[in-house]
Amino acid sequence: MDNRAEAGEIMRPLKHLFGIADLDREQIEYLVNLGDSFIEINRRPLKKAPTLRGKTIINLFFENSTRTRTSFELAGKRLSADVINISASTSATKKGETLLDTGQTLAAMQPHVLVIRHSLAGTCEFLADYLPDTSLVNAGDGAHEHPTQVLTDLLTLKQHWGTPEGKVITIVGDIAHSRVARSHLLAAKILGYKMRVVAPKTLLPAQIERYGCEVYHNFDEALPGSDAVYMLRVQTERLTDNCAFPSIREYHETYGLNGKRLNAAGPDCIVMHPGPMNRGVEISTDVADSVKSHVLQQVEHGVAVRMAVLAALCGGQTEEKKKAGSRKQLSDEAMQAQRTLL
Amino acid sequence: MSGTLLIKNGHLIDPANGIDATADLWIRDGKVAAVGNYNGTADEEIDASGKIVCPGLIDMHVHLREPGQEWKEDIESGSRAAVAGGVTSICCMPNTGPHIDHAGIALQIIARARQVNLCNVHPIGAVTKNLDGKELTEMRELSRSGCVAFSDDGMPIWHAGVMRKALEYASSFDFLVIQHAEEKELTAGGAINEGWISTQLGVSGMPVEGEDSMIARDIMLTRRADARYHVAHISSKGGVDMVRKARAEGLKVTTEAAPHHFALTEEEVLGYNVDAKMSPPLRTEEDRLAVIEGLRDGTIDVIATDHAPHHEDDKRCGLSCAAFGIVGLETMLPVSLDLVRAGVLSMSDLIAKMTCNPAQLLDLHAGVLSEGAEADVTIFDPDATWTVDREAMVSKGKNTPWHGKQMTGQVTHTLKAGRIVFAEGEVRG
Repeated sequence: MDNRAEAGEIMRPLKHLFGIADLDREQIEYLVNLGDSFIEINRRPLKKAPTLRGKTIINLFFENSTRTRTSFELAGKRLSADVINISASTSATKKGETLLDTGQTLAAMQPHVLVIRHSLAGTCEFLADYLPDTSLVNAGDGAHEHPTQVLTDLLTLKQHWGTPEGKVITIVGDIAHSRVARSHLLAAKILGYKMRVVAPKTLLPAQIERYGCEVYHNFDEALPGSDAVYMLRVQTERLTDNCAFPSIREYHETYGLNGKRLNAAGPDCIVMHPGPMNRGVEISTDVADSVKSHVLQQVEHGVAVRMAVLAALCGGQTEEKKKAGSRKQLSDEAMQAQRTLL
Repeated sequence: MSGTLLIKNGHLIDPANGIDATADLWIRDGKVAAVGNYNGTADEEIDASGKIVCPGLIDMHVHLREPGQEWKEDIESGSRAAVAGGVTSICCMPNTGPHIDHAGIALQIIARARQVNLCNVHPIGAVTKNLDGKELTEMRELSRSGCVAFSDDGMPIWHAGVMRKALEYASSFDFLVIQHAEEKELTAGGAINEGWISTQLGVSGMPVEGEDSMIARDIMLTRRADARYHVAHISSKGGVDMVRKARAEGLKVTTEAAPHHFALTEEEVLGYNVDAKMSPPLRTEEDRLAVIEGLRDGTIDVIATDHAPHHEDDKRCGLSCAAFGIVGLETMLPVSLDLVRAGVLSMSDLIAKMTCNPAQLLDLHAGVLSEGAEADVTIFDPDATWTVDREAMVSKGKNTPWHGKQMTGQVTHTLKAGRIVFAEGEVRG
């Protein structure tokens, strides 16, 4: 990554984070680098910085999620924000309230940020028109975008490669229903890495090649030259709903990543997965647990990147510009926080 | 309406009679008394200088929502919207609640429309009971009760076996079957046209083959049954090509285009615009140009709006779950006039597609200004500009993709049986 954007450099102000499509290179690099600087906080014995003290963040999740919701929650809490979690099962949705009313009701309680996951593509774009005073973060909307996952991946790639520019990432699985794939395809164009998508036609959306990616139906042909293989979870519901593939057995045989396939990609190829993994379906256990797997790094970096996103959206970035670039400054903050806690 | 009304100095266009010239139109006792010279005096005059005077427009594809969904539209509000758009005859689709699948509902709608007394309302009867695509309705009784054609619009007549029987039965009595061509197996879950736009938005698409495959099937069945088959709201290049070929073969296949399908493309839905969501969806530029070519070469005889008013609650929930449909009555004429300005159609040919062509197809006594005909008349200024304001729309439905857009061409007067029902921007009556 460009060091010019090392955490703290200029960035166009962000009000919302709907998707990678709304970001430019500088903003992406700013968020990734700021996330990088936050990794350290998460590894301290006392995991707290005062950056978002006094800020309120509501995580509104209409779809089940463990890692993304926990990640956002920890990100907010470790930056000292007040964080509330609402899941669809406990929300007013069950009582027939509309998405818009739920959004407006929560916005009326004056949070700084609403983090939203919903099965409806365009949820944040839709709500933003009606919630002028609240920053919205897309934590996954239908098959549209999942920007914080991709920022997370970019931090992982930055740590491993320095920069993803010129690398080849091969993404495999249910591309048609994948918001992660779309966000990556957009980020690849902005940052200059190549994407190969691998799936049967039943799991590819129309005209996917217009993202500028290479399309493969044969996994083995896509492997040589891949710098990373990015496996997507295959939802077994697709079997019955869409006739998308005939059986788990045949899917694993055709599109599953096993040790033999990984070797074919070359010795330096790494493995990524946004989770949750289906062992024995898209990924075999030997690969999932191998040293080439960066899955747990992705999870760790997810917290750091979400801290960066929340800090940027809460208007803290003006202060961050001065502070975040300096690890020392952050340490001072943490020490201050520590004193406060004591 | 008794007395004599003179509409003078207008450019009179009456396609059925081949009139396209400056001429006075004399109306007496609600009927056309004369075109040109008339031996009498006028009780009232309308100066139509610089304006076009034509038969009242016909929109053969309207959802009035009454009975059953009066919060979206009712016969009165829909009639008011019609005359505000220069439309004096509308055909209302049977997907009301209850459906127009038995005579009582048809008679009720006609009676209510006569009470409202703004425009002619002709029900279209359901092809199958409850629109569920299984058992045929009593088409002859529905016809006797005022239904002018048959359709399950909103739903396709899905099963091939039922469609075959529907075409065979309807054609035994020379009834027209109107198909909402959509193979639901292919479009299930879709909200917009399937393609690059749907991929980018992450929204499920409706592939064009959903429309095309049903039109293809239906044309084969129409050939076997020697039936009269009409494709509603045609939107695809493939569909237009198939209809053209079927007509060249001599089959009794007709079709209509909605203004949005020849004026807009799927790009309108970018930004998750719910007011650009309808079925069939806005498609590609190639499809749009094919619809225009179909209008130009006569493959498409009729312009009809598929006026589909919805309450904002039905739209204000995001693109994937928003209701399908947009309102059309009040923007039909100015949007269609773009075809004249673009040199696709002559003014007379355009007006024919909104007057005598649908009248002939449905055997309506409307769409002409012959002496003795009901004086349903539309007067419009083809050059006047105005801006669409959803809040100012007469329809209860505010779901228009043209909100804030400038229109060229404005209705100044609408006459129903010689009575002024719309003038100076106000519905009268």
